[in-house]
Amino acid sequence: MHRDLLRLARAESAVRLHLAGCLAAAVAAGLLVLAQAEILARVLSGAVPPAGVASALLLLALVVAARGLLGWAQGIFAGRAATALKSALRRRLLPRLGEPGGAGAVRAGGGAAAGGTAGGGATAGSGIRSGELVTLAGRGLDALDPYLTGYLPAVAVAGVVPLAVAVRLLVADLGTAVIVVLTLPLIPIFGALVGWTTRTVTERQWRALSRLGGHFLDVVRGLPTLRAFGRARYQASVIRRVADDHRAATMRTLRVAFLSSLVLELVASLSLALVAVPVGLRLLSGSLDLPTALLVLLLAPEAYVPLRAMGTRFHASMEGVAAADEAFAVIDGRESRETAETHAVTGGRAVLRVPPAAAAGPDGAAPPEIRLEDVTVRYPGRDVPALDRVRLTVSPGERVAVVGPSGAGKSTLLHLLLGFVTPTEGRVLIDGADLADLDLDMWRRRLAFVPQRPHLFAASVADNIALGTTATSAEIGAAAVAAQADEFVTALPDGYDTVLGERGANLSAGQRQRVALARAFCRPWAQVVLLDEPTARLDGRSEAAVIEATRKLCEGRTAIIVAHRPAMIDLADRVVRIGSGSLVRGESIS
Amino acid sequence: MIRGFSRRLVLAALAGAAADLAGVALIAAAAWLITRAAERPPLAALSVAIVAVRAFATTKGIFRYGERLSGHDVALRAQAGTRERLYRALIPTGPLPRRGADLLSRMVDDTEAVQDLLVRCLLPAVAALLTGVAAVSVAAFLLPAAALALCAGLLAAGLVLPAGTAAAARRWSARLAPARAELAARVADLVHGAADLAACGARDQAIDAAMASDTRLAGLERGRARINAVALAVGMLTQGLTVVAVVLIAQAAAVDRVATAVLALTSLVAFEPVLPLAAAGERFAGVLAALRRLREIAATPPAVAAPATPAPPPEPPLTVEIENLVVRHGDREPALKGVDLTLTPGRRVAVIGPSGAGKSTLLAALMRTVDIESGEIRVNGVDIRAFAPDDVRARMTGLTQDPYVFQASLRDNMRLAGPEASDAELARAVRRARLDGWAERTGWDTVLGEDGRTVSGGQLQRLALARALLFDPPVLLLDEPAEALDEETADLLMADLLDATRGRTTLLVTHRLRGLEQVDEIVVIEDGRVIQRGSHAELAAVPGYYRDLWESEALTRR
Repeated sequence: MHRDLLRLARAESAVRLHLAGCLAAAVAAGLLVLAQAEILARVLSGAVPPAGVASALLLLALVVAARGLLGWAQGIFAGRAATALKSALRRRLLPRLGEPGGAGAVRAGGGAAAGGTAGGGATAGSGIRSGELVTLAGRGLDALDPYLTGYLPAVAVAGVVPLAVAVRLLVADLGTAVIVVLTLPLIPIFGALVGWTTRTVTERQWRALSRLGGHFLDVVRGLPTLRAFGRARYQASVIRRVADDHRAATMRTLRVAFLSSLVLELVASLSLALVAVPVGLRLLSGSLDLPTALLVLLLAPEAYVPLRAMGTRFHASMEGVAAADEAFAVIDGRESRETAETHAVTGGRAVLRVPPAAAAGPDGAAPPEIRLEDVTVRYPGRDVPALDRVRLTVSPGERVAVVGPSGAGKSTLLHLLLGFVTPTEGRVLIDGADLADLDLDMWRRRLAFVPQRPHLFAASVADNIALGTTATSAEIGAAAVAAQADEFVTALPDGYDTVLGERGANLSAGQRQRVALARAFCRPWAQVVLLDEPTARLDGRSEAAVIEATRKLCEGRTAIIVAHRPAMIDLADRVVRIGSGSLVRGESIS
Repeated sequence: MIRGFSRRLVLAALAGAAADLAGVALIAAAAWLITRAAERPPLAALSVAIVAVRAFATTKGIFRYGERLSGHDVALRAQAGTRERLYRALIPTGPLPRRGADLLSRMVDDTEAVQDLLVRCLLPAVAALLTGVAAVSVAAFLLPAAALALCAGLLAAGLVLPAGTAAAARRWSARLAPARAELAARVADLVHGAADLAACGARDQAIDAAMASDTRLAGLERGRARINAVALAVGMLTQGLTVVAVVLIAQAAAVDRVATAVLALTSLVAFEPVLPLAAAGERFAGVLAALRRLREIAATPPAVAAPATPAPPPEPPLTVEIENLVVRHGDREPALKGVDLTLTPGRRVAVIGPSGAGKSTLLAALMRTVDIESGEIRVNGVDIRAFAPDDVRARMTGLTQDPYVFQASLRDNMRLAGPEASDAELARAVRRARLDGWAERTGWDTVLGEDGRTVSGGQLQRLALARALLFDPPVLLLDEPAEALDEETADLLMADLLDATRGRTTLLVTHRLRGLEQVDEIVVIEDGRVIQRGSHAELAAVPGYYRDLWESEALTRR
């Protein structure tokens, strides 16, 4: 039984009620089997007088009808309980997935999640691939269906029905009852033994399955690169090998897992033989009457059926348990880090719902002073700090260009100000207040950020530009014009309504960059502009225009621009140079 | 999908049928044993039944074990084959027709369906059929009228009910798959766009959107659960009522007690393998839809048509002549509207022009990832379309747009361009791409982040360049090699690059003009047409795009 899952099921009233209904219907249907066997045994043995056969059979039909009705109710309740539970899990899981991870914070978080599972170590050290996270939140949770709709009802039935059958047999025939009571425990014992040994193997198999998904996404994304080097076909054999490894691992699991069902099946059918043969011999000697013998024959197998069903369902539900473990690892792994922020998120939500016009200038405040006090950022697993004791003050309204070789920590600097990464040492001060103590959502509302590789969402161009705002189409258009994006957007098949594919595959790198710039223009209330090499992918002619637009964007705002093109650097009042994580020098431009 | 292991499949089916038959026979024999014993015959009359009961009890489990193992083995083989074939079908296609996340969810779900087709549909159906035939035969031997009733019940539960669930589920399946894909796309957006969402304060909106997808999916799943519930109830009813009918008929025909008991219990147990077929029918509908989707992907037309009998691959040195080349992506305006260009061995040509002018399309046409609408590309005098596309790509390649870093070690990321390369060769390529310092710091065996996110833009670009240099094709294509690099590194890299490619056939797409005085020809493309061509000196001397750009670059350069 999965503790976290049951805790969640109890906490959600929709899950709790439907699950209870499902279990009750399953148990009631299971108990009706006793009535069915009773009637059938009496009719077949001739214990019912010929005149009463018709009404006995009618009663039997009624019992059958009741079983059918209960089965129907069980199915309805099971479906409702399962979808409610999956929704509840996703509601908790998705906010954790949406943690920003500019420089691998998602991976770091994944690692933390793995560390959070006691003795799990599932993904320890390697981090969770985003493909795996996507699989987990979607298909992965579907694996809970067999657990919830199959396994749990089977457990409930197995807890009640065999006992009832044993009691009835005890009343009918002591000898049979003894055989059944003695062999019955063998099933859970063997089941537990085998299940216990297969648990780790099944967990490994689940991880292999999601790795398979992650690996495939990786390969498909890189297909153009593979094609360019003639490795696309070779990779097909790698996919085959990974799948073959998966099959070998699965078969190893199944060989043992099915061994349990072999044992269970043998115990059940051999017990039937153990019951039937002595009963036959006792009938021969006249020490037993036929109605009892038939009842025993009909009932004895029913004692084993629920336990065997539980065993089969247990195996099928293991994938769901493993998925639940992974989900809770991700959910709980970040709980500690998240608790402080939860209030902030709730607080920030109200602001988000307010139309941007009302929220335009949060408190009408002026651009803040930003000060970095000996800030060091160290990514887990890296020896060299990404930023090393950086000290920097940006005055309100100042435009600072950050230059330096690639990989020197320029992007980390921006991610620091965005709150994506936190200083390992030192402090980031906004108007004298530590960023760590500020409401992060409120702070981010004061920012406009143009990342180096902007993500384009599977939504229309307009929605991509208006991201996080409630901009009107006129405002969106104006922002696009300002970002030099209007021309190519209008040329798209559906203009601003064109849906962008995964990762904006149908836009060129330069076009994507301009959509991101338009996003920034859509936030006129922003007081601080953070730009990460905005002209990196533009040719000379559009660069001049984008620089002009950027100049406009920076007016009256504090701007921190990671730049490497001279024209962009020219926009700045001051240039700071970062080399291998530390601030090399700052120079002022008059 | 079952090519190559049909023998395993037949074995699995036979084992499954044997297990079910043993189950029915066990109950029938036990019923006979008990009712016959009640008539107090001599013990010898029962000995066969006693042996039969014990034998069936033993073999049932063993057959079942064999069936399950062989069935799953066959299914996993079929699944692996399906995955590989799907990927192979993707290789020759152009840009992916669907979103990656969608593709992934389809891939994993749909190939899983192949497994279900065998384990949950085909094998149980065969076993149920054989068991049903056997049970009806036994009943017919005892009482033909009862056999009719049993046959009708089994047909209803084993044929009509599954057909009904399949038809009902088809509706839901068709709606479930896109709903799942939508949820996957939303979750993928949430994961991959985390930074953008947080910066724009749109995380809650994205989560709400994903939860809305979840709600839609949950509604559909509940609909599917309703079908399951009804099917379960109808199946139970059919089984129970059939037994009632068989007993009624037997009583009316005044058959003896032994035969009645055997008939009733055989009927009861004969339904055991048949009842799961309702669920199998429901799954079958989903399986069919999944297989259809897989076929659709596999049928995506290749980006370029490969010739039936390709010409022998061209031998270097290669001369590439492009004549009046027109290329079009889909239904849009042609990206190239008649371009001429000649690459003779050892000659270096630079292509410049504003973004969207068609520079990358030109490279794509040379690499055969987009088809030629009209005009011609000749390699050593032979039409490029006469060669196998792979042969062309092996000879004309290099640094393509949007290079990709695989989640693998730096060494493996390099090795894909030179599987046989020695460590020294890897190191040399990395050095020439000015990536050696970073490679030293990072380590050759460090796994690079997914999507190259732990690799900065500049490093990614240089890694791609190092790959191109390692691959060392007869015609080197370079698409914006200095893109995303800071000024200093870009200058150094371009200088190195021009140095390294001296005397090598090279087509260089760039937007940086510095150093271009070294190349043999500069071609300026705008809006799919060549608007200027010549050497740096010639182009800088006349007014036009090139001189404008040159002057603006000179102005911004410090």
